[in-house]
Amino acid sequence: MFEIFGIPSQALFGQLLLGLINGSFYALLSLGLAVIFGMLNIINFTHGAQYMMGAFAADLLLQYVGINYWGALVIAPILIGATGIVIERLLLQHLRKLDPLYGLLLTFGLALVIEGLFRNYYGSSGLPYQVPDALRGGRNLGFMFLPNYRGWVIVLSLAVCLATWFAIERTRLGSYLRAATENPVLVRAFGINVPRMVTLTYGLGVGLAALAGVMAAPIYNVSLQMGSDLIIVVFAVVVIGGMGSILGAIVTGFVLGIVEGLTKVFYPEASNTVIFVIMAVVLLIRPAGLFGRSA
Amino acid sequence: MEDVIEPTAAKLRRERSLSLEAAFIVMVALFIVGPFVLYPVFLMKALCFALFACAFNLLIGYVGLASFGHALFFGWASYLTAYAAKTWGASPELAILAGVAVAALLGVVVGGLAIRRQGIYFAMITLALSQMMYFFALEAKFTGGEDGIQGVPRGRLFGVFNLSNEMTMYAFVLVVVVAGFLLVYRIINSPFGEVLKAIRENEQRAISLGYRTERYKLVAFVLSATLAGLAGSLKALVFQLASLTDVHWTMSGDVLLMTLLGGLGTVFGPVVGAFAVVAMQNYLAPFGQWVLVIQGAIFVVCVLAFRRGIVGELARVLRVPL
Repeated sequence: MFEIFGIPSQALFGQLLLGLINGSFYALLSLGLAVIFGMLNIINFTHGAQYMMGAFAADLLLQYVGINYWGALVIAPILIGATGIVIERLLLQHLRKLDPLYGLLLTFGLALVIEGLFRNYYGSSGLPYQVPDALRGGRNLGFMFLPNYRGWVIVLSLAVCLATWFAIERTRLGSYLRAATENPVLVRAFGINVPRMVTLTYGLGVGLAALAGVMAAPIYNVSLQMGSDLIIVVFAVVVIGGMGSILGAIVTGFVLGIVEGLTKVFYPEASNTVIFVIMAVVLLIRPAGLFGRSA
Repeated sequence: MEDVIEPTAAKLRRERSLSLEAAFIVMVALFIVGPFVLYPVFLMKALCFALFACAFNLLIGYVGLASFGHALFFGWASYLTAYAAKTWGASPELAILAGVAVAALLGVVVGGLAIRRQGIYFAMITLALSQMMYFFALEAKFTGGEDGIQGVPRGRLFGVFNLSNEMTMYAFVLVVVVAGFLLVYRIINSPFGEVLKAIRENEQRAISLGYRTERYKLVAFVLSATLAGLAGSLKALVFQLASLTDVHWTMSGDVLLMTLLGGLGTVFGPVVGAFAVVAMQNYLAPFGQWVLVIQGAIFVVCVLAFRRGIVGELARVLRVPL
């Protein structure tokens, strides 16, 4: 046990780890928002609710179908992603020619509907979700104790983020996607089914949110508020990073999580607000965001 | 040509102001009869929200700026008024002034930051900043945290009118809200308001015509924040309470819903929307969380099929501006 800047190393690394975990979720969610915004030109306000739905899906799968964490990790994002596809087909596709503001209003309304429905059936108390057996316990890294599950969350979210980045920036399908973002009419003229790509993109973004929800279930309790509180912070993350770049969204998410963790060590009173303060400063210095192209 | 067009234009203008005047008279008449028919506190609540929604509409309906953080001004003004009236023992007019001043100040800061980005970023920034101030309200000592500031004395207005009397309070709220309504109407029909509408339609064009749109947007934002603050201050006196609900993002959502449902960019829409939503929250309260579901569903329906709102559709059917 040693001290850094007068802070016990255990506490410092502990908060850093917590920051990294939060950062994993910021990164996953802002990544999903950026992907959706790129294709649909809509800020998906429902994202927080869909993250919450992912966590609830994991819980329900365990209780009623007996599918454990590992199954939920695959099934929940597919299920919730499918609801996303239905939402896009039924509602969002009609907004394509309107001001992006209407997309924000509609998805905000959807978030209220989902939250209200869940509240009717589950009340507002949180449900605990057990850490899967294989990831119980932890290991001593010499300078700190790392619970296995938390290490897993960080590794998995990094892997998912990088895979998404790779799929969009380095594959043929991804190049269609980027081209359709720039000029959908031209891409359609080449015989690519752009509306279907848009639908699948929304499903993918929603699936990412649900995946984050499943991953979060054993760490935070499964609760109704988990999404609405988080989504506002993620919006600030997105403003700071700018939505022009996939990699930018990932990096900003992780870095801000760590900054938040450090704030908890050195000035705990500000830990809730530090990301918003950073957002204000970034707006003053670089209005377009750190990785953004000026609009 | 002049001879032909001029009378028509004048006639149109006369008809236009006639329909607006008639609607205004009907509205005020209903407000005066209201407390003899309905519960005055309910009406006062709706009136406060009507002013809040009018302030909000000034920004979203006439400048095209969608703020998701207007609860910030409403709630913090209500805190300041409650604190001034209760702890400092300030008279109601001074307590309201304190709340409104804080809302204006916050409007300068938040507006100054938020107008640096356009469109949906603007919405996200205002939401994030209001969430930040929500956390301040949660942690600050003077707001009373989860309890809020309760038992705020209504006091005597100008040392004369005893606001503890329900009818006196109602009259005061009515005068302030109607004055606020007329002020918003005056703003949107002034040369300044015309520039705001030009910015809404095409900001680049307005810039190329030599308008410093940033300044216009900031002034509109501060005006809107100030009036939202006035509504919050009134609300604190009506309910003798300031609480976290007033600064929470759900309040920003409520005012957005009122304005959207009533009709974005219409003169009377926010008032109608505010009464509709407050009535709905009141009468559907026994159904618990279904209120949330219904509100969300109204958002969805309004966006998909009813973008003009109640008053907007009415104006279209009657072929008059409202």
